Amino acid sequence: MNDPYIARNTRLGTCTLAGEAIIVTPSDSRIYNLNPVATCIWEAADGQSRLTQIVDGRVCAEFDIDRDTALNDALRFVDDFCAKGLLVKAESPFDPGSVAKPFLESSNG
Amino acid sequence: MESVTVAVGEIAIRLQSVDAGYCDLVRKRYGNFVCDHRDPAAQIKVECVPEDAYRVDSDADLEVKRQSSQWILSRGDFRATWDSGTGLGSVRQVRSPYATDSLLRVLHSLLLAQEGGFLLHASSLIMEGDAYVFSGVSGSGKTTLVRLAPRGAVLLTDEISYVRKVGSRYFAYGTPFAGELDRNGDNVSAPIRAVYLIGHGPGNTVTHLHAGTAVSNLMRNVLFFAVEDQLVQSVFASVCDFALTVPVRRLEFVPNETVWEVIE
Repeated sequence: MNDPYIARNTRLGTCTLAGEAIIVTPSDSRIYNLNPVATCIWEAADGQSRLTQIVDGRVCAEFDIDRDTALNDALRFVDDFCAKGLLVKAESPFDPGSVAKPFLESSNG
Repeated sequence: MESVTVAVGEIAIRLQSVDAGYCDLVRKRYGNFVCDHRDPAAQIKVECVPEDAYRVDSDADLEVKRQSSQWILSRGDFRATWDSGTGLGSVRQVRSPYATDSLLRVLHSLLLAQEGGFLLHASSLIMEGDAYVFSGVSGSGKTTLVRLAPRGAVLLTDEISYVRKVGSRYFAYGTPFAGELDRNGDNVSAPIRAVYLIGHGPGNTVTHLHAGTAVSNLMRNVLFFAVEDQLVQSVFASVCDFALTVPVRRLEFVPNETVWEVIE
């Protein structure tokens, strides 16, 4: 799945302060602070856009970064956050609420 | 049945028991926080049991679970249920102030979350009408800063600060939840002027924190008793709002009265 649709796990707490997203996981109150580029991807992850659409339409448009670097970094970010249960990915568009799992399950799975 | 009402942060919890000795113990323990509030947020029927009825270990891990609107709280020295919908609950406990203290802390953390507030590992004081909050882990200097405070400072707590939003401002309230000082705070409140995340250092320095960094650090010091999505999300939202409203600074200090020269 090189170009997945991605969405935030809706069971998390998240807010964006001064352009940087902060995420809290209810299971252990662990905090993640995202940099502005990761925040851009995070905020666009609504289950309705492919990762390449987010990189082309948002990341490359808002930041001074070449596409290949942006895409590679984005893929690593998505893989890491999916493994942690913070993001969910699929091959077709989806409603994030319909696939949200308890964080403990998704993070342990 | 006798009852005693204890109000912290203007949130009242009524304890009812047929055991007059228990009610006297509560009155004595909570002193200036005992009131005759007519509309408590929670009413708890207390059944005192002999110490040998429980594995009396007040240091045992506290467990807090939710089943729908029902919360179940248990530790070595008590077992309680509380319905957040009706506000009614009950507890079986040994006749000990430690069990009641733990119960009240958990109930206040749940009630405060509904009100846009939270309990913070922090000491707090009022000076010249404003509250100053000093947050940190054990050994970071919460009680030390209170002991070094200028004359006229009013103690709210040296251990657990009670933070609540009133209108558009955040207030710190006095609590009976004490640390090393082993005494209740004054039952008063004031708008929070600033929060300092404290630690010992080679000198007295204050650093202003970005809101995101402030949230991360504050969340580490918020008291959570339950692993529960809604609760954590609610408190997290409050902490984010708080960090946008109240200045959060890092304070490194040497433990003498000069530290108060850098506190604004």
